Amino acid sequence: MSRRLFYAAFEHEQDALGATTAARQHGFKIVDVYAPYAVHGMEEAMALAPSKLPWVCFALGLIGALLKVWFEYWTTWIAWPLNVGGKPWDSLPAFVPVTFEVMVFLAGVSTVIAFFIVARLGPGKKAALPMPRVTDDRFLLVLEETDAAFDAAKVSSLFRQFHAVQVDERVGEAA
Amino acid sequence: MGVAELISHPPLIEGEKTLQQVSAEIGAAAERKPTWLWWLAFLMSSGTLLVGAAAVAYEFSLGVGTWGVNSTVGWAFAITNFVFWIGIGHAGTFISAILYLFRQKWRTSVNRSAEAMTLFAVACAGVFPIIHLGRPWLFFWLIPYPNTRGSLWVNFRSPLVWDFFAISTYFTISLTFWYVGLIPDLATLRDRCRRRVRGWFYRFFSLGWDGSYRTWQRYETVYMLLAGLATPLVVSVHTIVSWDFATSILPGWHSTIFPPYFVAGAIFSGFAMVLTLMIIVRRAMHLESYITLRHIELMCKLVILTGGIVGLSYGIEVFIALYSGDPYEQYAFVNRAAGALAWAYWITVGCNVLTPQLLWFKKLRTSLKAVFAISILINIGMWFERFVIVVTSLERDFLPSSWAWFSPTRIDVAILAGSFGLFFTLFLLFCRFVPVISIADVKGVLTYGRTSKEVSA
Repeated sequence: MSRRLFYAAFEHEQDALGATTAARQHGFKIVDVYAPYAVHGMEEAMALAPSKLPWVCFALGLIGALLKVWFEYWTTWIAWPLNVGGKPWDSLPAFVPVTFEVMVFLAGVSTVIAFFIVARLGPGKKAALPMPRVTDDRFLLVLEETDAAFDAAKVSSLFRQFHAVQVDERVGEAA
Repeated sequence: MGVAELISHPPLIEGEKTLQQVSAEIGAAAERKPTWLWWLAFLMSSGTLLVGAAAVAYEFSLGVGTWGVNSTVGWAFAITNFVFWIGIGHAGTFISAILYLFRQKWRTSVNRSAEAMTLFAVACAGVFPIIHLGRPWLFFWLIPYPNTRGSLWVNFRSPLVWDFFAISTYFTISLTFWYVGLIPDLATLRDRCRRRVRGWFYRFFSLGWDGSYRTWQRYETVYMLLAGLATPLVVSVHTIVSWDFATSILPGWHSTIFPPYFVAGAIFSGFAMVLTLMIIVRRAMHLESYITLRHIELMCKLVILTGGIVGLSYGIEVFIALYSGDPYEQYAFVNRAAGALAWAYWITVGCNVLTPQLLWFKKLRTSLKAVFAISILINIGMWFERFVIVVTSLERDFLPSSWAWFSPTRIDVAILAGSFGLFFTLFLLFCRFVPVISIADVKGVLTYGRTSKEVSA
């Protein structure tokens, strides 16, 4: 569905932060903010909910650890019991290091894969940059013009207070 | 003037740089044509790598008998090199994960190259246990997979199996961590790049990154999680390496102090290597305003701290051995300090305990030449530390009838040299194609558009 989008570009992070906060306070719908680095405080300005990725990390780490403990008991006690140096069948302390490593491996790798999936990143994917310099030195605030009451001229003047270097209206298929 | 202003530090990055300047200056190092110096260094290191590879090929065709090892001293150069390289890697993870969790903003200038150093050092380390196998082409038997031998499983109670899991996890997580940190910078280079092949390379690996803050937010979460996972991981890796020794009953190895002693030694040696590399990189790539004297000084202070822990461990080790009342343990340490390899032991003590003390002097800490020399001495000392631990304990075990000597062959030396060749070849390629400093991270600590209070940390 095509929708009307309003773009405002800034040169400084303070301006981008201020404009984003002001846009949210005015009740505009913030589509996204583009920035060349992770701006401290932008999460609060955009009122983003915390990411759920830690749950993926926790769940996969737990599953990895449990499966590994089970596997270690199964291989050394049941599938092929091999007595090495008279060590007890139930050698839980000796199983801890590998369990830990497998937990870290699974938790780490799966968190990154989950991140790529939810953020829609993938090898060779073409980047749809809303503006050429957002990976270099521009901060870009993108709003959606939700209804006819959206007065572009008024919004532009609001963002001028935050030293917007460029404002723009486009019809687009924004994500 | 308030107290906060009095103690506030100078900015981390020298000069009032704009965001675009940062992309250009760091990107330029990877974008411009390599200098003759780079080519010279590359030819030398890849040449050394080839010598090492030829030595490994020779060893594969004839067996480990081409090394100086014998039935008493079964572990020598290969295991020394393995522990040495793994240790080098630890400083990279320390900088990228532990200093991140402690919100040390100065890490932003050095984390990228320190992490790359970790990867290459772990790659060098990983070679040694494999070429030490009787039949190295069967190394995959270490992986517990259903097989036609029964299924015969690996022995999960063995520290050597723990080691295999630790090293492979460490390499994978370090690679993941490094790559995730690299994605935004690859996108920056992609958007600056005017060349076709390179552009394709950056487009492919930047995964379509567009700087969306929704992605940045998730990225920050993932980065934090990986840092949280890598922190205990790095401690576990060298702990497990130390267990390769400590779970045996050999005098000089069978000691509970080994895990903390090894972890501290690893970070210590790694910082020495980071300093060696950074001093060369900042000069060769004209990045003096990003990797400043302050960065060098801060790392020197960490060298003093970890070096202190290492010195303390040496002392405690000797004290406990002499106090133990166990003649074998006592002999092992007397033999180290006064036996045939005493020269190696005193090189270790001299380089690792005495040399870092010079860094207490600010004059030396801020002199690049002095720091460079000290970092090289520490690298040498830490290699000898592992050599002394591995070889002296094996040469003189319980029964005098089984005592033997170790002397390295040319193949041993060639493989050691080859590992340095591999390390520097990979590092030079890294400097050539990838931004050596994290562009996005550095942009976050600039004075640009900020008050000085926000950037000093």
